[in-house]
Order: sequence, then structure tokens, then C-alpha cells
Amino acid sequence: MASYLSLIIGCILVNNFVLTQILGICPFLGVSKSTKTALGMGGAVIFVMTIAGFFTSCIHHFLLKPHGVTYLSTIVFILAIAGIVQIVEILMQKFSQSLYQALGIFLPLITTNCAVLGAAILCQQKDYGLVKSTVFCAASAVGFALALLLFSSIRERMELSRPPLCLKGLPLTLITAGLLAMAFMGFSGLGN
Amino acid sequence: MSTLFIIILVGLITGIAIAIISRSFGVEANPLEEEVKALLPGANCGGCGFPGCAGYAKALVDKSARPGACAAQKPEDMKKMAALLGASVDTREPKVAVVMCSGDDHHATRQAQYNGINNCRDAMIVAAGAKTCTFGCLGLGACARACPFGAIEITPYHLATVHKDLCRGCGKCVQTCPKKLIRLVPKSAVIHVHCSNPLKGPVKFKACKAACIGCGKCVKAAPENMRIDGGIALAQINYGNPPPEELASVCPTHALRK
Repeated sequence: MASYLSLIIGCILVNNFVLTQILGICPFLGVSKSTKTALGMGGAVIFVMTIAGFFTSCIHHFLLKPHGVTYLSTIVFILAIAGIVQIVEILMQKFSQSLYQALGIFLPLITTNCAVLGAAILCQQKDYGLVKSTVFCAASAVGFALALLLFSSIRERMELSRPPLCLKGLPLTLITAGLLAMAFMGFSGLGN
Repeated sequence: MSTLFIIILVGLITGIAIAIISRSFGVEANPLEEEVKALLPGANCGGCGFPGCAGYAKALVDKSARPGACAAQKPEDMKKMAALLGASVDTREPKVAVVMCSGDDHHATRQAQYNGINNCRDAMIVAAGAKTCTFGCLGLGACARACPFGAIEITPYHLATVHKDLCRGCGKCVQTCPKKLIRLVPKSAVIHVHCSNPLKGPVKFKACKAACIGCGKCVKAAPENMRIDGGIALAQINYGNPPPEELASVCPTHALRK
């Protein structure tokens, strides 16, 4: 139990996907303009990453490892993740219109989110079991959502400030992301 | 060998799973949505405030929007659409865009020669364009390119003109013009003050022979149709009660014209 706790804290804070491992930067910069969309994206990522973590782990343990073809992981995982997202989208549209509406365009966008693939491949490299993989992916996704939420609220505040003209917009956003990443470096050593 | 087999297997399973699931759980698109979309102009101008014609059609079917928000739709199509949706139509006066400037090369003088990018917005950055009158039409055609219906023509003398019969009043050009010269006016109004320069009469007449110099002749001739707001030497049309075509003859500079 304690090992799982340290794994979860490690994923969320110490090895935060966005701010420490620099994965999934595109949505981090793209959909962090308002807290509302950030929450939507965060929710969708948690949802998809947990499911994708479980399934890719299944593929790894029951298909790739027994046949000794673990080098195929990247291509097979991409295939599986894209398929899973498609299926989840169809099912969600059928059974939960409200959730489908809330996640909207973010759900298909996640197919190309490198954080999802990154989590699956990290699990495979570390050879985690099924449960551990799922927990790892879910916690990483929570870390992603946390970073996105923090960043979007900072950006909302920054909208009101008057920065020098040359820094306005993207430059300031990137600098802020760097500062936030430095702040998260303060957590290193927490999980050990 | 097993490499190939595994990739094919995973692909096949995913594909079959998607096929089965979409067959048994897929949600059909509403056929009414397609019919409504066919009656919309299909220019995707965004004037209704929805993401394109498809977005507006979806909102119409959901009853979250009312027919009538599309300025570009033909009245007969709107009636058909309202019948399809079982809703009433708000009848409204159709509007057309008018470029409020007469300053083509015959009338307006130039302060400089512009050899830059052939676009109004780019020309605007360089000292607000080549014409002496900084409120005048640059004639580089940003509005003509923005018009989804091809209703705006740039004359050989560098002035944008709207063809009334082609214009559907969507307002795309209004947003595009960097000089804010284009206005949406009721289609029933026949003449307009084709000048947007608020400066003093002699100043603008020096820059453009077709400027409204604020002489007030039109206001005297038709006080209920025209007005001049205090201090600004620019006649305004009262679009609630537009003047007749004959009034154009009183204007000495022909800024008041069709």
C-alpha cells in the first residue's frame, strides 16, 4: 500500500509529466487559456489515460512480452490508444451525452497526446504489472490535470496584467511554464 | 514473422471492435439537420455566431437558436426552413453592405506611392495608406477577398463597390475593412453619403473632390431624412426614413449618391 502511495505522489508531484518530464506540452500550452477548458481537458486525459494504461499493459504482458517483440510497443500502443479513444467516444455519445458534450473536442484530441503514449511506454520500460500500470497512468494523468489547472489559472490572472509588449502572449506563457517547472523541482526527493 | 502477425492482429482486433461498437451503439446524425443545412447558404461566414452553417443547423434543430439569425439566407429559403422546423420567422428588413467612400483615383489625391503587399491591412500599417484622406478606401481589396458571395468589386480606379443584388448582408466585409468604411444599411435606402471623413470641410475637399463637405444642402432640402450632428461636417442619413433618390442632385460634390 505504501509503495502505491509513494508511486501516486511521485507521479503527481515529483515526476510530473508536463513540468518535469516535458510530455504533453502541446495541450499544456494550447488549452490552458481558461480554467474551464483546462478542467475539461484534464478530465478527458484522466479518463483516457487510465483506460489506455490498462489496455496497453494487457497488450504488453499477454502479447508482446511472450513473443519477445517488445520493440514493437510504440507502433502497437499508438494503434491501441487511437482505437480505444474511438471506442470510448462512440460509447460515450450513446450512453452519456452530458459527459460527451462536456469533453467535446478534447476527447479526439487526446489520441495525439504524447503524454498518453509516454505513460504507456514508461510502464512497459519499468515492467509494471497490470494494477500498478493502471495506477501509474491514472496518477500521471492527475498530475497532468493538476499542472494544466495551475497553469490555466495563472494565465487567466496574467490576462489582466500589463507585461512589456515584446513579452506579451506566447513568450510570457513559455517563461511562466518554465518558472512553474522550476517550482515543481522543489518536490524532487519527496518520493524517495 | 510474429512481428507482422502481432501488428496485423492488434490492428484487426481494434478495427473489428470499432466496427462492431459503432454498428451497435453508434448515434445516427439527425436527418433534419442535413435538410436544414441544405437550406442555409453554406458560406460558413459565421455571421450567426455559430461555428459555420453546420453549427447553426445543429443549434436550430436543438431549438437553441431561432431561424432568422442568418443574414445571408434568402427569404424563401428561410420560410422553407421555418416550415421544416415548425417555427415562425421573424421578418426583417434585408440589409446590404455599402462602402462609405467615393475617393477613387479621379477624386482623391495621394500622399505617397504604395508598393507594398497588395492588402489593405498591410497598407494601413504604412502611414495609414497612400491616400491623403486617411479615412478613405485603400482599394486593395481586403473586403472583396473576404466576401463569401463575390459581391464586392474593386474598380480600376481603386475603390471598393458593393453590388447590391449579390450582397446578402452577412457583414464579413464590415469586420475586414481596416478603415471601418463599410456599413450594413437597409436595402430599401437608395442613396448614401459616400464619405466617412469627420474632419472639416475644406480640409477634406483638398484631399478628395468627392468628400462630403458638410455644406448642409441636403439637410435643408430634406430635414426629416438627413441630419448633420453638431460639430462634425458629415451629413448622415436617417435610415429609419431614408431620402428619395432625387435628393442626390442637391449634393455639390456627389458624395450623396447611389
